[in-house]
Amino acid sequence: MTPAVMDGLMPHLIDWEVVAIMAPLLGALAGLVMPRAAAGIGIAAVGLTTLAVAALSWAVTTQGARMMALGGWGAPLGIDLRADGLAVMMLAMTAGVGLCISLSALAGQRARPAAGRPGVFWPLWLLLLAGLNGAYLSTDLFNLYVMLEVISLAAVGLTVMGGGAAALRAGFEYLMASMLGALLFLLAVGFVYLRFGRLDLMGLADLVTPGDPAMAGVLALMLVGLALKTALFPLHWWLPAAHASATAPASALLSALVVKVSLYIVLRVGQYLVPPTEGLVLLVGLAGGAAMIWGGIQALRAERLKLLVAWSTVAQIGLIFVAFARSGAAGTAESWKAAALLMLAHAVAKAAMFLAAGRIKDEVGHDEIARLDRSPVRPTLAQFTFALAAISLIGLPPSIGFAGKWLLMEGALAAGYWHWVALTFVGTLLSVAVFSRVMVPFLRFDRQRGPVGEHQGWALADAPPLVLALASFGLGLGAAQILTMLEVGEPFARATGAVLGGAP
Amino acid sequence: MTEVVLLPVFILMTSLGVAPLIFALPERAAGWRTALNLGAAAAKVALVGWLSWKVARGVIYEVRFTVLPGLEFKLQADPLAVLFIALSAVLWLITTVYAVGYLEKGPHRSRFFGFFSLCVAATTGVALAGNLFTFLIFYELLTLATYPLVVHRGTAAALRAGRIYLIYTLCGGLVLLFGTLWLWVLAGTTDFVPRGVLADVVADAPVQARVLFFVLIAGLGVKAALFPLHAWLPIAMVAPAPVSALLHAVAVVKAGAFGIMRVVYEVFGIDTAQALGVTAPLVAVAAVTILYGSVRAMMEDDLKRRLAFSTVSQVSYITLGVALASPIAAIGALAHLIHQGLMKITMFLAAGNLAEGLGVKSVSQMNGVGRKMPGTMVAFTLALLAMIGLPPLAGFVSKWYLASGGLAADQGWVIALLAGSSLLNALYFLPIVHRAWFGVESDAPARVPGRPRIGWMMTAPPVATATLVLVAGIFANAPFSPLEWTRFIVALEYLEPQP
Repeated sequence: MTPAVMDGLMPHLIDWEVVAIMAPLLGALAGLVMPRAAAGIGIAAVGLTTLAVAALSWAVTTQGARMMALGGWGAPLGIDLRADGLAVMMLAMTAGVGLCISLSALAGQRARPAAGRPGVFWPLWLLLLAGLNGAYLSTDLFNLYVMLEVISLAAVGLTVMGGGAAALRAGFEYLMASMLGALLFLLAVGFVYLRFGRLDLMGLADLVTPGDPAMAGVLALMLVGLALKTALFPLHWWLPAAHASATAPASALLSALVVKVSLYIVLRVGQYLVPPTEGLVLLVGLAGGAAMIWGGIQALRAERLKLLVAWSTVAQIGLIFVAFARSGAAGTAESWKAAALLMLAHAVAKAAMFLAAGRIKDEVGHDEIARLDRSPVRPTLAQFTFALAAISLIGLPPSIGFAGKWLLMEGALAAGYWHWVALTFVGTLLSVAVFSRVMVPFLRFDRQRGPVGEHQGWALADAPPLVLALASFGLGLGAAQILTMLEVGEPFARATGAVLGGAP
Repeated sequence: MTEVVLLPVFILMTSLGVAPLIFALPERAAGWRTALNLGAAAAKVALVGWLSWKVARGVIYEVRFTVLPGLEFKLQADPLAVLFIALSAVLWLITTVYAVGYLEKGPHRSRFFGFFSLCVAATTGVALAGNLFTFLIFYELLTLATYPLVVHRGTAAALRAGRIYLIYTLCGGLVLLFGTLWLWVLAGTTDFVPRGVLADVVADAPVQARVLFFVLIAGLGVKAALFPLHAWLPIAMVAPAPVSALLHAVAVVKAGAFGIMRVVYEVFGIDTAQALGVTAPLVAVAAVTILYGSVRAMMEDDLKRRLAFSTVSQVSYITLGVALASPIAAIGALAHLIHQGLMKITMFLAAGNLAEGLGVKSVSQMNGVGRKMPGTMVAFTLALLAMIGLPPLAGFVSKWYLASGGLAADQGWVIALLAGSSLLNALYFLPIVHRAWFGVESDAPARVPGRPRIGWMMTAPPVATATLVLVAGIFANAPFSPLEWTRFIVALEYLEPQP
């Protein structure tokens, strides 16, 4: 047992882990029963979850990683919940971004009650939140599978919630991809159980021997399933339509939070089960690079704002995988931090961007990129937010996206992997081209008929995306603190050990 | 000395903190906006005055915090920073007065002045950056903050110019990012330290160090408009006059030139750079740029484009003086950083007055404008003569030191270069003087009714900067003159500390 587990067994006054999962779950049920009060229940549940996550983060950063056995039953029979630095970052990211999206959804529903469908949105989103928090705290494969299913269910619901044939078709494809991914994951979980008789990650880590061909096949299955769920090129086909056709808050949730959970599981599986080999890391990096370029090219061709933003998600996921691969197998013990930072950066900025795009669409009345500069209505604040988010996604200083990219390239350069640096620069240039397509017309004033109204005054709905976009910069300046926090509980100590041949 | 360690932060906040307030002001609150703008600009001049007084007494301010492991955000007010920051503070105040007059009743003023403040904040940050990493942050902010100013008019032409500007500067920024990263991986520090930090690295990996030098210079050379990376500058002329003035005199091109100084002096160290053999190619590039810019300026009839090509040429004087690796030339280079700013801003403000008041936009329309706008044109003429290098004006002082520096570095051809460039300067500037004062008025456009009258807010700024051109030249040896201050800096960069 590692020291982190030992101290994790100390009793806590309140199990914040349980609150973080149960508050949204109960909220979802309550919202389902009382659809008229769904919005109030939703905000209360999200607020309570945020408080629990804040308390948990505080406890973990000050006292170290903690572990709790649900109902007193520990692994391998019962369910353990573990919170280390990585889990806490994901939880905090989910809570913070989720709170802003909730407030934005609330403001949108106030303005357009019919389109927002609060009675459907809030239970689904709370279910999603419970699933996300559960996944980040899980320590065994079966639990992770269950959470993935909960998340998929809620996410598909959020996709089709907007109504319309396009949304339904996109939702159906999403459902298919998601089910296929879950199936592959479940198969792998089954094989693991047959072979080892247990599913808790920490226990498995001691049992798995590197270079076992049967296990390698099983894990390949698992990784393909996760890649499908996270839309890693070339398994990304379902994502753009799904993310583009949902309502703005739903798109933000799907793009910022949902794809992150499978990325997170990839990191965890990489930590405990798959000792990263040079070939695997190269493959992951190449798929990421291809995603970056293909996503960029498709975004350049997109005709609608939300589709462009969705394609940029494909590219950004690619970037995160490149970050994981940046300095080869030996470097993954450090590289995962660059990947984690980029996950955070993408979550914050992409949520801001989708919400801002939704605001632009609401105000202008359409989101055709070519006609944006003909509109006499200019939602200045939403445009400004979009620009700030784009700066972080492009990776210009001092945003958190820049910090992530800097770590990526620093590690690649130090290890002599120049090709990842070159690839990152190509991706960066593509994203500059993509976002300037949108932002240049913001400042064009000679194509509209009639006078342009620039300052429409400040709408409440503009505040949450702006806060998120500004947070990108605050987090960028605090990147060193985030990295220190990530180290708590040594989420990747295992990978180092495996690579050095000194398995514990 | 602990009581004012935050002074650099206050100076930065006079523009960075004011920008959001200006953005938030409604369009009609012109009075508040002007008060905020001028108040902040005046506060900045006062704080910078205090700062330079302290720095002259040997105090060096530092503010730092860690952004990424080992990598710090660091503001540092050393003498070189003070030189640049003083220029930006004074010219910002003057340009703000001008811009308030220029944009009276124009659209989007909140946006304009917000980005204007951000632009100055970025310049201040560039000046105060204590390491290349911090420099990079503000260098990119400068790109982003100037873009909305360049495309302010929102026409197709403005957007086209803005796009070219953005492509050049963002690519330059990425190259600089790569250089910074590489420097960090090679040297383990990006700090600006007098006489450089790279001596060890150069001994181990001279080839890498050479490539690194040119990567960094290429990234900075885009903004410094070094040939062949200069093409954006003449195109960016569609911007409103105060923006052009700021771009050419203080913000963008100067940030590039200032960065080249930092890299040569405080990253590589002038001795190390010279030993590597990288200064000679830089001298060659600067020399080519000087001649090329002058020749192109001669061929332009459009007034602002002529001035823009003249900037391409004149800013390279700074690079030339830095790369010549002689202390005397360095004094010329640093003094020119200030002097060129004063001269060029006068010209652009005057050109703005001509375009706004008389509709005069090209040299061939300038016949007799001197009688219509005497104040503006006296200032313009003074700046032109100074740029040509007529004693005792500011431009003469820089050229004198550059030429002596060339001699001291055994590069006699520099004198020929400067003489040739001055001749070209005279060839493209004197026709302006001649037309303005002695030209026959017949082919000048008639005063268009309804054209705004040029108020004092637009006349006084060029006159003020022209006066500074005169003062900087005549009182070049007085304490706190740009020249005296540069001697102080050059002593730091060239003299070994006594062991």
